[in-house]
Amino acid sequence: MNSLHDEFIPVSDLPEGRPANLSRRGFLGASLGALVLGVTLPGAGALAQNAATAAKSAPRVSAFLEIRTDGSVLLRSPFVEGGQGVSTAMAQIVGEELDVDPANFTVECAPPGSDYQVVGGRRFTGGSFSVRSSYETMRRVGASARQMLLQAAASRLKVPVASLSTEPGRVLHAASGRALGYGALAADAAALPVPEDVTLREDKDFRWIGKPVARLDVRGKSVGKAAYAIDMQVDGMLRAAVQHAPRLDLEPAAFTNEAEVKAMPGVHSIHRLPGAVAVVADRWWRARRAVETLQVTWTDAAPGTRRAMPSDFSSEGRRAQLAAAPGPGIAAETVRDAAATLEGAAKTVTATYDAPYLAHGQLEPPSALARFNDDGTLDLWLPNQAPEMFLARAAKAAGIPAEKIKIHSPMLGGFFGRHFIYETANPFPQAILLSKAVGRPVKLIWSREEEFLRDALRPMGFVRFRAGLDANGLPIALEAEAVGEGPRDRWFGRKPDAADGSAVEGISGKPYAIPSRRIAHVLVDDPAIIGFWRSVGHSMNDFFYETFFDEVADAGQQDPYDLRLQLLADKPRHKALLQAVGDLSGGWKRGPFTAPDDGKRARGVAMASPFGSEVATIAEVSLKDGAVAVHDVWVAIDPGRIVNPGIIEAQVNSAVALGLSSALLEEVVYAKGVPQARNFDGYPILPPDRMPRVHVRIVESGAPMGGIGEPGLPGVPPAVANAVAALTGQRIRSLPFSKMKFGDT
Amino acid sequence: MDVIINGKTHQVQTEDDTPLLWVIRDELGMTGTKYGCGIAQCGACTVLIDGQPTRSCVTPVGSVAGQNITTIEAVTEDAVGRRVVEAWVVHQVPQCGYCQSGQVMAATALLKQNPKPSEQEIASAMVNLCRCGTYNAIAAAVRQIAQG
Repeated sequence: MNSLHDEFIPVSDLPEGRPANLSRRGFLGASLGALVLGVTLPGAGALAQNAATAAKSAPRVSAFLEIRTDGSVLLRSPFVEGGQGVSTAMAQIVGEELDVDPANFTVECAPPGSDYQVVGGRRFTGGSFSVRSSYETMRRVGASARQMLLQAAASRLKVPVASLSTEPGRVLHAASGRALGYGALAADAAALPVPEDVTLREDKDFRWIGKPVARLDVRGKSVGKAAYAIDMQVDGMLRAAVQHAPRLDLEPAAFTNEAEVKAMPGVHSIHRLPGAVAVVADRWWRARRAVETLQVTWTDAAPGTRRAMPSDFSSEGRRAQLAAAPGPGIAAETVRDAAATLEGAAKTVTATYDAPYLAHGQLEPPSALARFNDDGTLDLWLPNQAPEMFLARAAKAAGIPAEKIKIHSPMLGGFFGRHFIYETANPFPQAILLSKAVGRPVKLIWSREEEFLRDALRPMGFVRFRAGLDANGLPIALEAEAVGEGPRDRWFGRKPDAADGSAVEGISGKPYAIPSRRIAHVLVDDPAIIGFWRSVGHSMNDFFYETFFDEVADAGQQDPYDLRLQLLADKPRHKALLQAVGDLSGGWKRGPFTAPDDGKRARGVAMASPFGSEVATIAEVSLKDGAVAVHDVWVAIDPGRIVNPGIIEAQVNSAVALGLSSALLEEVVYAKGVPQARNFDGYPILPPDRMPRVHVRIVESGAPMGGIGEPGLPGVPPAVANAVAALTGQRIRSLPFSKMKFGDT
Repeated sequence: MDVIINGKTHQVQTEDDTPLLWVIRDELGMTGTKYGCGIAQCGACTVLIDGQPTRSCVTPVGSVAGQNITTIEAVTEDAVGRRVVEAWVVHQVPQCGYCQSGQVMAATALLKQNPKPSEQEIASAMVNLCRCGTYNAIAAAVRQIAQG
């Protein structure tokens, strides 16, 4: 269960270009008077060339629409909504071409199926890929359906198609003044073939794409009606709670008080699971209290157990291990001979940086509801970012063919990378085993404490930097060794001679004109279960790089903003963005300066190039009682082209919050092989009183569409750290800031 | 014991020390009130008890017998609650939405007790956690009502 690459391909290997055009071989099916549209895309070709590893199955792309008789539209989206606004974006994109107001859409996450493999021939919600990977496809789905409705109307009215037009939700015949609602045409349209060719709207004619269309889910979420996996209920359901082994790979041996626990109120049964014990009861609280009352002796994993957690493992020890791991590692980026240039440099700057393990801390604790049906099928409700992946794993856990399993993907109470499959980090295999054992539906919820014990962590990162400056104080060489393990190769397979992109992204791929560079990955296997955490390697690597950049600027007596501008002279997109964030903040000023409240403040700047977008960030800080207070964060983001500026602004706010939270507060500490914090009291996350004002400028450069959910994050920690250095002279090279005391200013 | 929720009296069969949250969710099947941490850190489980915002995850059900409990399911039955929900919509507050039941209840409690809270009073009352970082939108929504 350790490799996912049978089902999945590395995110970084996915094509960033447009998906293939729609096929001429589409099909259409009718159901219950609704227009049901599926669109088949060309098989064996274009996508496979871009993503060789995805070529196993024919790379089809499709979407699934039902236009109901009342004219409302159900869209089965390839993506799961978890706060990032993708359901609304999909309604905007399809609605624009279909000519239906997005407000009339209901959007569900589609079940597993070959029709929904729209992310480079695969399907998942992650990597900030959703809109950019499916944009053309979803537009064509909307346009095809509109064309079919026009044809149905032409037959009904006995007029040429060319004499018809549409306005939102209906077809018009201008000459006669007649109109037919989409709902009335849906059944007829469903009987027609998918058109050979469709014309997409011109960008200048967009009504909804590019506009701050209201989110479809806001009202439901404001009145408690949104239903998450944890809220699912089915008839006859029992509830379960687990107690995991404190250390990974211990197994339950004996129970010393089984009779006592069995006699507790509501208890149905006690179960041994791999690495855990469970109690099934009529109510979750009773199950939880019982399972936590159960006294369990745990035994060590059998010798040779893969990736067993050492009993002496600590995060402190891990940091020392990374620091001691020798280079030179596997090169990810090599330009000229950095070592030789460094030899001849007028001045060199060296530093090491590190960042801790992080927990996802999504507010909805993981759960899973499993129901075996009389016909041998299994229904599973579970939080997930990739239904097909979970389907394959569920089939193994249940011991039945995948065709007999129905995966339901409710909206997510936050995810940030939490809901991929991470070996021991998902409750659904336990729910399947428990439901099978008791012969009834079982909803398993992990308590927050169990979640902190088994979450898949953002890995610890460690980087050694060396830079060389010329006599004018300009950087002429940069060496970096990123030490540790990245989640991409952990879960998608390792190539022996290649750096893990998720270990070096944000250190490699920087736009600055530093003429000699060597960026390398020094692999040191991580005993912890590591995973994807919003912006992945960028979440720490841009902090390392952009903060070291300021150290280099200081060593060369350069202003860090001006030096960035200078080194971006040949990168107009980046340069314009840096100028945009400077303008947005009222003109670059580093400080320290005196603020209107008479306090001393300073500003820092950082840039990042994550997930196909470009971002420039400025932060303003002061000190309060020895801690850092962040007052304002200005973000200029260039995602090339956009769908919903309101959602982008919200996502940037969200990314600023999470980035700042990680910089200021967050750290998973291991001792004796066990994470020490088990709830938010021991793992504080950003509270409302530490949230800065956030100012966003969206720059549409027209470059290929980039991501939105993650890119706002990576620039925040370095912009803040650089501001702190400007204010105090103290360099922050190890996160989080809460480990440091900052001098009175 | 009898528990009065949203004006309706429910007979519940459970231990006195069961947290009110789990009575609401499991016993009564009302899932708008959320479990986030179970230790009164995050506030996703906020309900009103005789008008006071209360973290139901650490409130034993036996301690609230006979008191009036209001959950998110009844928020729009109250004039202030309706204004809060409309402000949440205007400011497009929720992202994942999981904490928002608790946020809306906390805002409703504040504005019912203090229709014109100051910035400081808003900050003191709106302390629930949001992992999506919707804090600025929450503050803007509450501020709009306070100033309206």
